[in-house]
Amino acid sequence: MGKTLFDKVWDAHVVENIEDGPQVLYIDKHLIHEVTSPVAFLGLDRRGIKVFRPENTVATPDHNVPTINQDKPIADELSRMQVDKLTENTKKHGITLYGLGHPNQGVVHVVGPELGHTQPGMTVVCGDSHTATHGAFGAVAFGIGTSEVEMVLASQCIMQPKPKKMRITVSGKLKAGVTPKDVVLYIISKLTASGGTGYFIEYAGDTFTSMTMEGRMTVCNMSIECGARGGLIAPDETTFEYVKGREFAPKGEEWNKKVEYWKTLYTDSDAVFDMEYTFDAADIKPQITFGTNPGMGMGIDEIVPDEQDITYKKALDYMKVQAGKPVLGMPVDYVFVGSCTNGRIEDFRAFANAVKGKQKADNVVVWIVPGSGQVEKQIKAEGLDKILNEAGIELRQPGCSACLAMNDDKVPAGKLAVATSNRNFEGRQGPGSRTMLASPLTAAAAAITGKVSDPREVFGL
Amino acid sequence: MIEKFVTITSPCVPLPIENVDTDQIIPARFLKATERKDFDKNLFRDWRYDSNNNPIADFPLNNTKYSGKILVSGKNFGSGSSREHAAWSIYDYGFRVVVSSFFADIFKNNSLNNGLLPVQVSAPFLAEIFEAVEKNPSTMLEVDLDAQTITIVESGKKESFEINGYKKECLKKGYDDIDFLISLKDKIAKFKSPLA
Repeated sequence: MGKTLFDKVWDAHVVENIEDGPQVLYIDKHLIHEVTSPVAFLGLDRRGIKVFRPENTVATPDHNVPTINQDKPIADELSRMQVDKLTENTKKHGITLYGLGHPNQGVVHVVGPELGHTQPGMTVVCGDSHTATHGAFGAVAFGIGTSEVEMVLASQCIMQPKPKKMRITVSGKLKAGVTPKDVVLYIISKLTASGGTGYFIEYAGDTFTSMTMEGRMTVCNMSIECGARGGLIAPDETTFEYVKGREFAPKGEEWNKKVEYWKTLYTDSDAVFDMEYTFDAADIKPQITFGTNPGMGMGIDEIVPDEQDITYKKALDYMKVQAGKPVLGMPVDYVFVGSCTNGRIEDFRAFANAVKGKQKADNVVVWIVPGSGQVEKQIKAEGLDKILNEAGIELRQPGCSACLAMNDDKVPAGKLAVATSNRNFEGRQGPGSRTMLASPLTAAAAAITGKVSDPREVFGL
Repeated sequence: MIEKFVTITSPCVPLPIENVDTDQIIPARFLKATERKDFDKNLFRDWRYDSNNNPIADFPLNNTKYSGKILVSGKNFGSGSSREHAAWSIYDYGFRVVVSSFFADIFKNNSLNNGLLPVQVSAPFLAEIFEAVEKNPSTMLEVDLDAQTITIVESGKKESFEINGYKKECLKKGYDDIDFLISLKDKIAKFKSPLA
């Protein structure tokens, strides 16, 4: 029987099989940030050991960082201490750090790929559930806890039971106004927030192969939102083209050797999956979530479904939406464009092109937060910041920002945000905040109209 | 070294909500510590306290009817972020077992790495526990790791749960994975990744 793409990458990294237990998996690339690493470093100190292979770990602060005045010390004392601790720990253990103010600093899942740290066929882990992002390159990438961060620092390995395999095939051309974000929100709404638990997903079909790497990253990023540990896409010419020439990408003869290997990373025609789903791209509309988990989503012009279930009703109450009614037209207070889901250059291009020549609605606060220093630089190089300014919108500095509101970018209690990030949990964007997840295009429609709006109508698509 | 897991017989705290995500278990704004300290104080912070920091009386953790070392919750417990702070906050609050009909993967691993046992039961058995606790808030549950069973003591109703043999031994003996990995160092050093 043939192997899946996932099997090929996973199996090539198994150092040891434990009888009636997990496998010991070798990790090629370990990304760390300030929130989930300090206790792991404390653990190393307590055991009196050093980082085993510091060259395989890369660090950047992102969760806590302010998105204005990054040249000044961080005002929040706890955030500053956590960021300083990352600097101290990386220095002590000889780990590369893109600190605050470094041109490469940014959201860890934006930084890794754009510098070429992320490559096809790798195992990539990070103490962050959105590590699945890197699966876009045909890497086995997934989020881990702090004990596991310590394991990787101590041994370059973690212990994992091998997940089951799921394939999600989407075929056909996306309709106007429908973006990769809509595709993944659609998939999650069909699978529910727990439908992928226990699985690793392969996204297959021409809808994905015709996406750019940015689009593929948006899709893989949200794999965890249906419970899957990760999701990946077979590497192809689009992948190689993206990786080639990046700072940490292989060069010269090494490049050719790697590409030869990467070309073997695909699912064999006779490989078998534990679960398969098939969807038609033509059925996908611009999506929006109406509840408090990412599985509670629908086409933006649809009505909120009714369910007799206390958890479901609690979610609708929290969101102040009603079953049987549309969400279109609901007043929006905040718009957030950014995060590891939609914080790449394409996302800001889409948003800026949509708002070009228009004005932000007066009732809306708009936060545009680039995913990294490199993305910020590119935004400026392309003059997108000027388009935003003319629309009454300001560009901020890189970080996770309002995705999880660990910094000052908090949506106040009761306020409604349309966000391009990945989670609409209760209070995710600040205590009492209400979040609707959508694409950068739908976010642009909300920014211009001040309410939940269908981008196809607002922009005549 | 984690605390050794022994058979636990205890009343439980019921939280009959589904999809309890890690942002509810511990909101992101409480993740700023650089050591494992005080996370239990912010366990379920925004469900436990109102915006003026007053305890919300009917939230199960504040309800004096309920106590014990076992938390029982609806399906898909621990979804969302990989923050191990979620497992820490539950453990440090005093729980040793979480019972649900379904756990999110990362939360499950994080729990096992901290001596917190996730016990996955069938949906009907979970409903029976909630029913029993509603009738009698002091209902005792017995979690026997060796036998891999959970029992509603009063009725004697019992169900088996899964755990792999390796993790079971780790929990019973208080071993952690890092000790094991460090013992494999020579083998790891010789291992050649295809990406190396």
